Amino acid sequence: MTSATLAGLVGAALVGLGLYGLIANPQPLRKILAFNLMGSGVFLVFGIVARKGAAAGLQADPVPQAMVITGIVVAFAASALAVALVLRLFEAAGQATLDPDAWAKPPDGGAGAE
Amino acid sequence: MTAGVSAIAATAGGGLLPLAILLPALGVLLSFLIGGRRSEWIALGLMPLELVVAVGIAYFVWRSGQPLVYTLAGYTPPLGIALRADGFSAVMLVTAGLIAPAAALYARANIATPQELTEKRAPLVFWTLLQGIQAALSLVFLGGDLFNLYVGLELLTFAAVPLVSLDGRPETVAAALRYLLFALFGSVFYLLGVALLYGAYGTLDIALLAPLIRPEPAVWLAAGLMTAGLLAKTALFPLHLWLPPAHANAPAAASAVLSGLVVKGSFFLVVRLWFDVLVGLPGVIPGTILATLGSAAILFGSVLALRQARLKLLIAYSTVAQIGYLFIMFPLGHGPWAADAFSGGVMQALSHAFAKAAMFLSAGLIAESVGHDRIAELGGAARVMPVTFLALGLGGLSLMGLPPSGGFAAKWLLMKASVEAGQWVWALVMAAGGLLAGGYLYRVLAPALSGESPQLKKAPARGRERVALVLALVALLLAFAPPSFFAFLQIGRPAAGLALQ
Repeated sequence: MTSATLAGLVGAALVGLGLYGLIANPQPLRKILAFNLMGSGVFLVFGIVARKGAAAGLQADPVPQAMVITGIVVAFAASALAVALVLRLFEAAGQATLDPDAWAKPPDGGAGAE
Repeated sequence: MTAGVSAIAATAGGGLLPLAILLPALGVLLSFLIGGRRSEWIALGLMPLELVVAVGIAYFVWRSGQPLVYTLAGYTPPLGIALRADGFSAVMLVTAGLIAPAAALYARANIATPQELTEKRAPLVFWTLLQGIQAALSLVFLGGDLFNLYVGLELLTFAAVPLVSLDGRPETVAAALRYLLFALFGSVFYLLGVALLYGAYGTLDIALLAPLIRPEPAVWLAAGLMTAGLLAKTALFPLHLWLPPAHANAPAAASAVLSGLVVKGSFFLVVRLWFDVLVGLPGVIPGTILATLGSAAILFGSVLALRQARLKLLIAYSTVAQIGYLFIMFPLGHGPWAADAFSGGVMQALSHAFAKAAMFLSAGLIAESVGHDRIAELGGAARVMPVTFLALGLGGLSLMGLPPSGGFAAKWLLMKASVEAGQWVWALVMAAGGLLAGGYLYRVLAPALSGESPQLKKAPARGRERVALVLALVALLLAFAPPSFFAFLQIGRPAAGLALQ
């Protein structure tokens, strides 16, 4: 097994673990962490893709690396937004659950709050 | 390969393409910089310009009969990034250019900065992110590079999610968070698919990638991952769970944009992917899977809409159902009926955008005037606010697919194509969906037209009623689209050439 194959398998495993966490964990903060795990797996796959350019005689294909940097920025922004929402939820309700039954239905259809 | 050359070189009028993205992006920056009440004026001032740019792009596409192309900084793909506008992108740009200002005009009354304050969170966020949604949609409609489209998709999500929790009630924040988590799942899957495609072919430019695609495992895996990711963002059954609470809890103006435009952004990319990029894959089996999910969405969404107690939730569940119709076009993409199926799918996207925006705006007016949106207690309400209910009803006409409406044209074309293709099961599902839509609209409209009228807290403002009515009328007018409109939609489609051979 070459190191590239190994890294590719690790990337796939990270995506799988993250996906399981995103679906199975009820706590929002753990879901956000699981999303970041999935993201890391994808970035690792991009790294392997860059190595394929190296096989053609290049040092390494720079395009996937540029995409990984953009991807990291996007994932960071997404995590920040998600954490901000979790904090806001905890401030407003004293709990951070996504269970829709936990919230009382608004009596006025949201009309008063608009 | 003249097609390959023309797909890369910049064309006349191509300079408008970056403008469609930069104008609303400029609005976002200025709104953040200057802030306060002026964010509203920046948005309202730029929107007519953006509409002019969108119409200009449509004009140049129509005049040349070919997609517009703009290469950023003059670098041609695969090194550079191209923006492209075909008939479908131009039509979607104009649609976004019409619905966003309609929502803005409606929102002026209740999402405004109060006189005594210089700045308030909710109005600043609304006016800034409304422009953010426009910028992101333009990028999604014009992007010619799969990774660039990923960035557009993420911008769209980041601009859309905070609109859900604009008023800060805990249940709206929870709905926004759930929306964000579904969307993030979708973006990781899409990005992984992009990585696999780049690994297989070394380019992500749509025009360069399409001729290279071969049915091999890496491509099938990438196609599956990207489609699944986009479906989560489009809220196709069974990934629709986030949509009803998010769209029903947002303020009406935001719901109109979210339901009318934002879900169409990711739908647009599913169409791009299967009709423009993956043309080398046999599309019947994946198309059948998509249409089966769409059929399930039509039946499931409509039945759940029938059972809702609140008007805004009913309309949100009807969005789940109407999204299902969009996916009927996918198994019908090969054969002499392909053009009809494509036109039907696009027409459904357009008519649903206008009709649903009209309905959410009307529902917002009803909730504000009556003080609630519980369907059981809306008896007689149509007699005291007739124009609002007219807009709601006319929008509903398009959802049911009754003539004359854009929804009728869409469903007729899709039914015709599925019968011609011998796949009549889709036609049956669409007919059932129409009946169910009639049922849930009857539940709202029939009691509202009779009985004791409720005491209104305040009469709905004339101007805001008219905004909803005009949107509903546009949804009706789409029924009279001439054949040249459908020919326009075919501009720049590689599949159109295949179907003719």
